[in-house]
Amino acid sequence: MLIFATTILLTVVAMIFMMVWNSMPTIKQFGIGFLFGRDWQPASDIYGALPFIYGTIVSSLIALIIAVPLSLGIAIFLVEQAPKKVATPIAFLVELLAAIPSVVYGLWGIFVLAPFIRNYLGVFLQDYFGWLPLFQGRLTGIGMLTGGMIMALMVTPIITAVVRDVLEVVPTQQREAALALGATKWETTKIVLGNAASGIAGAVVLGLGRALGETMAVTMVIGNSPQISASLFEPAYTIASVLAANFAEATDSLYLSALIEMGLVLFLVTFVVNGFAKLLVARVAKGTGTAKVT
Amino acid sequence: MSEAIHNRRKFVSSIMTTVTAACAIFAIAVLILILSYIAYRGIAAINWEFIVSTPKPVGEGGGIGNAIAGSAMMTLLASLIGLPIGIGAGVYLAEFGDKWYGNTIRFLSDTLIGVPSIIVGIFIYTLIVLPMQRQSGLAGAIALAIIMIPIVARTTEEMIRLVPKSMREGALALGAPQWRVTWDIVMPAAASGIATGAMLSIARISGETAPLLFTALNSRFYNWYYDKPMSSLTVQIYNFATGPFEVEHQMAWAATLILVGLILVINIIVRIFTRKKF
Amino acid sequence: MRTFAKIFLATILTLNLILGLACSGDPIGGGDGTTDSSGNISLQGAGASFPKPIYEKWVNEYQKINPKIRIDYQSKGSGGGQKDIIAEIVNFGASDDPMKDEDMEKAKGEILHIPTVLGAVVMTYNLEGVDKPLNLTPEVIAAIYLGDIKKWNDPKIAADNGDVKLPDAEILPIYRNDSSGTTAVFTDYLAKTVPAFKEKIGASKQPNWVKGVGAGAPRNDGVMGQVKQTPNTIGYVEIAFAKANKLPTALIKNKAGNFVDATIDNVSAAAAGSIKDMPEDMRVKITNAEGDNTYPISSYTYILVYKQQKDAVKGKALVDFLWWAVHDGSQYAKALHYAPLPKEVVEKVEAKIYSITADGKPLREKAKAAGE
Repeated sequence: MLIFATTILLTVVAMIFMMVWNSMPTIKQFGIGFLFGRDWQPASDIYGALPFIYGTIVSSLIALIIAVPLSLGIAIFLVEQAPKKVATPIAFLVELLAAIPSVVYGLWGIFVLAPFIRNYLGVFLQDYFGWLPLFQGRLTGIGMLTGGMIMALMVTPIITAVVRDVLEVVPTQQREAALALGATKWETTKIVLGNAASGIAGAVVLGLGRALGETMAVTMVIGNSPQISASLFEPAYTIASVLAANFAEATDSLYLSALIEMGLVLFLVTFVVNGFAKLLVARVAKGTGTAKVT
Repeated sequence: MSEAIHNRRKFVSSIMTTVTAACAIFAIAVLILILSYIAYRGIAAINWEFIVSTPKPVGEGGGIGNAIAGSAMMTLLASLIGLPIGIGAGVYLAEFGDKWYGNTIRFLSDTLIGVPSIIVGIFIYTLIVLPMQRQSGLAGAIALAIIMIPIVARTTEEMIRLVPKSMREGALALGAPQWRVTWDIVMPAAASGIATGAMLSIARISGETAPLLFTALNSRFYNWYYDKPMSSLTVQIYNFATGPFEVEHQMAWAATLILVGLILVINIIVRIFTRKKF
Repeated sequence: MRTFAKIFLATILTLNLILGLACSGDPIGGGDGTTDSSGNISLQGAGASFPKPIYEKWVNEYQKINPKIRIDYQSKGSGGGQKDIIAEIVNFGASDDPMKDEDMEKAKGEILHIPTVLGAVVMTYNLEGVDKPLNLTPEVIAAIYLGDIKKWNDPKIAADNGDVKLPDAEILPIYRNDSSGTTAVFTDYLAKTVPAFKEKIGASKQPNWVKGVGAGAPRNDGVMGQVKQTPNTIGYVEIAFAKANKLPTALIKNKAGNFVDATIDNVSAAAAGSIKDMPEDMRVKITNAEGDNTYPISSYTYILVYKQQKDAVKGKALVDFLWWAVHDGSQYAKALHYAPLPKEVVEKVEAKIYSITADGKPLREKAKAAGE
């Protein structure tokens, strides 16, 4: 068991080693400034990662803002509300969403979701919330919002599956006790949710992990423009998609190095996000006292 | 007064039931939308020849038989490498992983899950393709296995941790050694959860394109050797979809339909299998 | 790094063996086996996606004549083809863009550039109610991408399109945002012809586009999709994408002052018109070439091979295939929207093929070739 666990350690160490080794040229040339540079101009050998870090984090956040309530709703419905006969097939169907390849989500995004946002959702948001900088600007259907929404669909089944498993393990006695005391179904659910909080937080982290690294689908709909714009309709760029779009063609050594350092940056972003999530989970677990699931 | 409060509570409760049901219906609606769109675009190009033959130049027909075989072979090898390592690591994390080493491994697994698959592809390119001086099915399978391991490890851990403490304590109290408790009590109780995790991870890797592009590459031929470039459905779909020809685009949708169909079948089989056992 | 890699590889392989799954076939780690058990000779090529349809056609037809020779070509991008030939993990690479000197130096041997066919980059657009091909000058195209021309009914566009009714709509130019050979050809052309473009954007596989002008899309299919989907757009794509999808393409004003279409003959003319500029190693850009009918945004695509082949049997197979491709193979080019090499260039290619050796001996001898 220890050997297997150590395999993970070795893989990560080897990967970090490979990435650091191969990104030395840009690390030497730009230092920490690489992270805060706003310009990305391969033609002039100027590389700054900030627009990509911004795009990665914001699109993932959009994905979570949509996916977390949705997944919680589905999981609660499946475990707490629906009769088993209905729940089993629905659970299966939702899991199938995870089975659709990324590139298919991308194609579907171009043909269905992007026109929908361009013609309906975007117009609606601009009509009613146009005073927010978030929803101003050109509406092409390709941009940050579309990328985030596609990601949301992709992480929903993952978060749902884990939350469902977590909820199922909360002992039935707790529900029975609450119901016996006269609680309604929803109030019972709230108690169950409280007890499962740390597991739910874990599910969200899992979903975030998937969102941060999502490549193909996002590349196809996010517009791939390295800019930092307040508007969610404007094109953006993520770290994973800049790698996917350019790695094959990049032969120039400094450019290649910049791309691999971007991979390293994503590694670091995931580190920070994970650490932050761990902290959250620990606080939630503390807050509910003895009500930890395990 | 208390009557009113009671009614309000009941009302809130029924609202929430509706909301959660709506969430489920929404997700299923999206699924049906996507699947029917794939079927609509792809069904016309599917026939027996398409499923069994190898690619031909544009406009001369041809098919994706070698890609189906290659995907199956690489997924199989990736699972053979990835599942034991992943499940083993998961057991370690759940049973012995509360010290600093376990915490480190857990943290690294979570990080590894977030690494974009293209990075894994680049990693394997420098690590295996360059020393071996060839792109190969083996390299592709290892890349897929690396993606699989942390997913399996974390779900396995979650599932094992969910097994009630009382079950282990009972067995330990009866004098069973720790490994027997893990093997005979904890693992069976967590098996269906672990299988779900494994299934999700297989579904995930069989849809991966990016890590195969630089490792397994693709091939025009049926290839049964792991040390040669190997075709895969996803890379083939990517090639079809990014080309200029409408015939190829249609083949991309047809191959997608087959890929999603295969994944669907795997899902159903695993589901039946795990249900029978418990 | 190498030792480290080997240890990692050994661990994985041992694990693999424990699981009872040895890899069969040729021994792993050793050189590429020359022939497999059935006596077939296999060659692996990878690189540019632009010539993929014609290369697939060639290897397929060639196998019909020589069933023992199994050639596999896979597209992964020009840069990928260059990297793979430098790393010696393929028998031949393919690239639309000639390799840079610094990259050539990374390789362990001398790499030859063998031009195979010609392609063109065309301007395609989405304009409702315009069914006659637009006439565009390089100055107008550059001004659109620089943001100086903003509307379709701008007098500068109208000047060359007398009877076409242009809409009063904003132009949305689409560019490639990935590193691409298509962009290299397109920007090379505009930088050669328009000083302002050279100064502000420049010629590059991935130049610095003017901020706030236009939108980016990945790959040829991405640009094509954007133009097809969005009204009032203009974009540049490889000719096959426009022809195979029946998109409108603009006539471009060439060096001689004529507006020409990207027909196959006009693209071949670009190669013929620039033959005097062709260097000995054949690495050349042929945009804005001389000639009355020359289509100005044209380019070669290359196969990359080592001059000294390591394996005589494979080297011979490769050389024979290249010979066949530029001679008999050229008949398949037109149907797939490529322009075949003009005769003068084929002669230069022949000389290059004769120069390929293994163990110090040429793999194809002149006398023998003449007898064929």
